[in-house]
Amino acid sequence: MIELLKRLLRTPQGAVGLILVVIVFIVVVFGPWLAPRDPEAMSILARYKGPSANFLLGTDQYGRDILSRLLIGARSTVTMAVFATLAGTFAGAFIGTVSAFLGGRADEFIMRTIDAIMAIPNLLFALLIVNLLGSSSINALVAVAVAFAPGMARITRSVALAVRKQDYVSAAIARGESSRYIILREMLPNVVAPIVVEATIRVSFAVMLFATLSFLGLGAQPPATEWGLMVSEARQYMHLSAGILIWPSLAIAIVAIGFNLLGDGLRDALNPRTGG
Amino acid sequence: MSPNYLLKRLLMIVYTLFIVSLVVFAITQVLPADAAVMMLGENATDQALEALRQQMGLNDPVWLQYLHWLGGVLHGDFGQSLRTGQPVGPAMLQALGRSLLLAVLSIALMLALAIPLGVLAAIRRGKLADMIVSLISYAGVSLPEFVTATLAVLFVADWAKLLPPTGYVPLTENFLDGLAHLVLPVCVVSIILIAHVSRMVRSELVDVLHTDYIRAARLKGLSTSRVLFGHALRNALLPTITVVALDVGYLLGGIIVVEEIFALPGIGRQLIVAIQTRDLPAIQAGVLLMAATYSIVNFAADILYAWLDKRIQYD
Repeated sequence: MIELLKRLLRTPQGAVGLILVVIVFIVVVFGPWLAPRDPEAMSILARYKGPSANFLLGTDQYGRDILSRLLIGARSTVTMAVFATLAGTFAGAFIGTVSAFLGGRADEFIMRTIDAIMAIPNLLFALLIVNLLGSSSINALVAVAVAFAPGMARITRSVALAVRKQDYVSAAIARGESSRYIILREMLPNVVAPIVVEATIRVSFAVMLFATLSFLGLGAQPPATEWGLMVSEARQYMHLSAGILIWPSLAIAIVAIGFNLLGDGLRDALNPRTGG
Repeated sequence: MSPNYLLKRLLMIVYTLFIVSLVVFAITQVLPADAAVMMLGENATDQALEALRQQMGLNDPVWLQYLHWLGGVLHGDFGQSLRTGQPVGPAMLQALGRSLLLAVLSIALMLALAIPLGVLAAIRRGKLADMIVSLISYAGVSLPEFVTATLAVLFVADWAKLLPPTGYVPLTENFLDGLAHLVLPVCVVSIILIAHVSRMVRSELVDVLHTDYIRAARLKGLSTSRVLFGHALRNALLPTITVVALDVGYLLGGIIVVEEIFALPGIGRQLIVAIQTRDLPAIQAGVLLMAATYSIVNFAADILYAWLDKRIQYD
């Protein structure tokens, strides 16, 4: 673990990504305590203010403190994205592993079906599911998870098949090791690494997808502090103050860049050929 | 490329559309929307509703309804919109045409920028140019379309007044004005694709530049540009075809958001309206057409790849 961290910090992507993601998690955990003001407190006199000592990032259309809303909104946006990705990854990894394990016709059938489902764009699939379940944050989480599962299943399957053909697995079989040992000690660690990399990068997609659903009115509902919703609400008032639009956009971008960089950094650090 | 392979690929498209039709029918079936109530309104009498349900086959078992619907689709009849009462098929096809214009222009812009950026980054690997391209591409893949679109409307249309903010003018009506309305949507849709594809081109080209045949070409005394454009680029761009085709799935998703923001009456906007009003036939037709577009593009990409790359023998 320490070794991995060292290698991660040696690549510029890994170092910057790790720092950004750590900052994001600090905000997610401690956001409500860090927020200087009440995110719901409205003030008619303090609407559309630019950054000032009182309101570090200015105020929105109701005179609410944008910084406080962003700090608290991190919870809904980032936590949801992480959980959606985790759920999608586990579901996908399960399907992919089963498919690789079954092999033959069953594998062919499962994979062709997954390819078929992937012909529906992720966003559209998520929209359909949210529409089916009703607009809410939890339903958006389920939708993103379901939309991610087919892609993760494909990746898991191809990684599992590739690992199974490796010499070290053949060697373990030749040594007469038990299936349990081969799966747990030889295959699993090598299957997990690429999936962790992919899942990390997908968190950034989940953040974007999640924010997009809220933006379209199908995710978090007002007066939630979800970042996509903040951008959506800001659209009507952006002529009066660009800040209401720009700060939440920047927050989404920073989280997405952080997870993207961390994912790429992890890929290099976990790959013995390019790492180090 | 054997006829066998072609046949297999075509069957795959049929299977894809079959599965998508099942998925979309299942999802729309569970939706709590009574088509009869939607068509006749809340105040319709029970007899009238019952008669319409009978006529539309809404009392039939689900599998029979699916077969009826599928039979209609196979004859090009996607049913009538619950919202407008008009046939869904022609409206969706017309919308798809507008979306395809947006998609094709976006892909063209993407190729025109992503390939040079990727090549530049690969040949100046580790230098300043590489880092700048890499920074741009990280920023590009990290901004969702609704953010870039909204910012573009704010800065380019509202502040600088360079381009019209939203709306759609058919190219056949006023070519220049129509084009002006397409500039921002095309730029927004292509940003993420440019970021993704330029990174792919870079990494493919870096790999190719390290192969033995490139070293051999260099040792033969060929000029750098001959090696790059005559040998390396061709092989580096081959895998990019597949990546671009897969990205079309992402692009179709992006189009939904971009059309909504720029009020462009394409298939994405139609789908959003259909989803919001629970217009089931319109949702079904829209999703099927999108999946068909994706499948056909990927089929074409596979054929193109096989045709360009003589090393691969498909069977």
